[in-house]
Amino acid sequence: MRRRVLAAVQLAGPVALIVATALLGTLVSPSTETYFLSALVNVSIVVALYVFIGNSGVVSFGHISFVAVGAWVAGVLTVPVAEKPAVMPNLAGFLGDHTVGNVPSLALAAGVGALYALVVGLPLMRLSGLAAGIATFGVLEITHNVLQYWETIGPGLNTFSAVPETTGLLQAALAAVLAAVVAFAYQRSRFGRMLRATREDPAAARAVGVSIYRQRLVAFVLSGALAGLAGGLYVHLLPLKTDDVYLDLTFLTLAMLVIGGATSLWGAVVGALAVTGVDSVLAEAESGIHILGHAVHLKGGTRIIVIGALMAIVIILRPQGLTGGREIALPRVLRRRLLTKFSA
Amino acid sequence: MTTAVLNITWATLADAVGLGSIYALMAVGIGLVFGVLRLVNFAYGQLIMAGAYAIAYGSERGWPVWTSILLCFGVVLALSLAMDLVVFRPLRGQTPAVMLVATFAVAFLMQAIALRWFGPLGKIATSLASLNRPVTIGDTDVRKIAIVATVVAAVSLVLLVLLLSRTRVGLEMRAAALDFSTARLLGVRANRVIGSAVLLSGVLAAIVAVMLTVQNPLVTPDFALRDTILVLAGVVLGGMNRLVSATLGGFAIGFAAGLLGGALPTDQSQYLPSFLFAAVILVLLIRPGGLFTREGQRAVERV
Repeated sequence: MRRRVLAAVQLAGPVALIVATALLGTLVSPSTETYFLSALVNVSIVVALYVFIGNSGVVSFGHISFVAVGAWVAGVLTVPVAEKPAVMPNLAGFLGDHTVGNVPSLALAAGVGALYALVVGLPLMRLSGLAAGIATFGVLEITHNVLQYWETIGPGLNTFSAVPETTGLLQAALAAVLAAVVAFAYQRSRFGRMLRATREDPAAARAVGVSIYRQRLVAFVLSGALAGLAGGLYVHLLPLKTDDVYLDLTFLTLAMLVIGGATSLWGAVVGALAVTGVDSVLAEAESGIHILGHAVHLKGGTRIIVIGALMAIVIILRPQGLTGGREIALPRVLRRRLLTKFSA
Repeated sequence: MTTAVLNITWATLADAVGLGSIYALMAVGIGLVFGVLRLVNFAYGQLIMAGAYAIAYGSERGWPVWTSILLCFGVVLALSLAMDLVVFRPLRGQTPAVMLVATFAVAFLMQAIALRWFGPLGKIATSLASLNRPVTIGDTDVRKIAIVATVVAAVSLVLLVLLLSRTRVGLEMRAAALDFSTARLLGVRANRVIGSAVLLSGVLAAIVAVMLTVQNPLVTPDFALRDTILVLAGVVLGGMNRLVSATLGGFAIGFAAGLLGGALPTDQSQYLPSFLFAAVILVLLIRPGGLFTREGQRAVERV
């Protein structure tokens, strides 16, 4: 019982934060709402990253390829058949004359994301450390390169236009909550605990019979599914092109995870929301805003400078991230009161 | 897709060797720092980018070539030392993954600063453009830069080998690369040996900056980014644990990129990055320790 109460608090923290973001988003003007929407999509992406990187301790630079693939699947399949010849003239037959609804497209995005992660992970999860980092980077390069030039499966170099922009606050929040719940359930499951054991001490984990390869693969596929889902939401949020799901997004999402604290779900959610918040304010400031009566106008490109500096400073001064890489816990006094109440 | 028609001429081959030489120098620069710090410097390309901007700055003002080159060396060396002081030093003792992500952040930071400072359109570095002209050897035209790059790389590597094998600081560096704590116990000063490795790698970055601006005179904020990614892949491909294997890996990937890029028709060379990275992944799967490491020396993965 006590454990369940503590666990409920640990899950309630991230979920409450997501819901609060969505509720705040309903109060603001439609142009500002976009920032809240992208914050929620970012939470989904960063939680997906967290499922693999946080639990396994292996850095992956390749997860944005699953986001990209999810976006391509959901995008290609939801452009109305009538508009497909204009947007994507070279589309393969089946993709050209089928259109699915919004929810099926998201499910397919998650499915294809998981499948792609499985195909990639089967060979790659044997690698670790630096080799894994470079190999996952290679996956990102290949995915980007192929999506950019292969017009049989998508718009190629063009922007994904005519995709229905259906990602609203409700859907984005639901998906983010879903991602958080899945990530939480996974990290408390037998599999999650085994993977975390390999992160802390590979030799000891092996000695008690944990297969590092298999556990990493499970997490990789699960995070591939979540990343694919996030990609589906992303393409329904704004018109994408290949460069939107490439190095910059990889950097931004990794920064969010690291700044928040890579080893906890709470860190992933806090990092995603905090960095998106800073990023949004700076983006507004680049086009000119008023803060406390002062006109602030920053030169273009300031955003990435601030975020890059933030990330470097956090890594150097506080490598565990803002949250210290721990899950949220109630203040001690409250915790004791709650526990005595429930154990009585 | 039509079948691949390879159209290899002597000129293509010379260009490929030239690019391979430049990449080999970058591989040495990355490998030297990795040797003493166990840190993969993702921001190495941004040092080169800074040097390239220095050359563009000089040529915009019509400075003589050697002044621009001097400025390039000054800028790159100063940035290298600053990077060591501000980023590498506080990170010593962190896990390699943390350090990799940190230098990833530094790379983006420097790129964003360049973007803000110089704008996205790029500057033109023309002071060395004459090296791009062809020179006729026998009955083939070879770009001068291909020859210059190969010669400069060969000379630099020979000098480096002499430095590493004949001088005290070289010996200390090799000792530190082998076993840092034992080297320190035997009287090697950590800051000095790391400082000299960083400085050497900065010198190499400046040389590479000079030669890359000849190859590609348009200097943009993402100058040398793609090259660094390829070289990192090459270094891991060759084997990180020894400088020689890292260098060979760098050369191999530069040579392959130059050869395929020059010889494949455009409708296929647009997929060149895919082929290269697929090859890298394949090699990593078969020989995770590196292509050019010897059987007995393949140490346990350190990172």
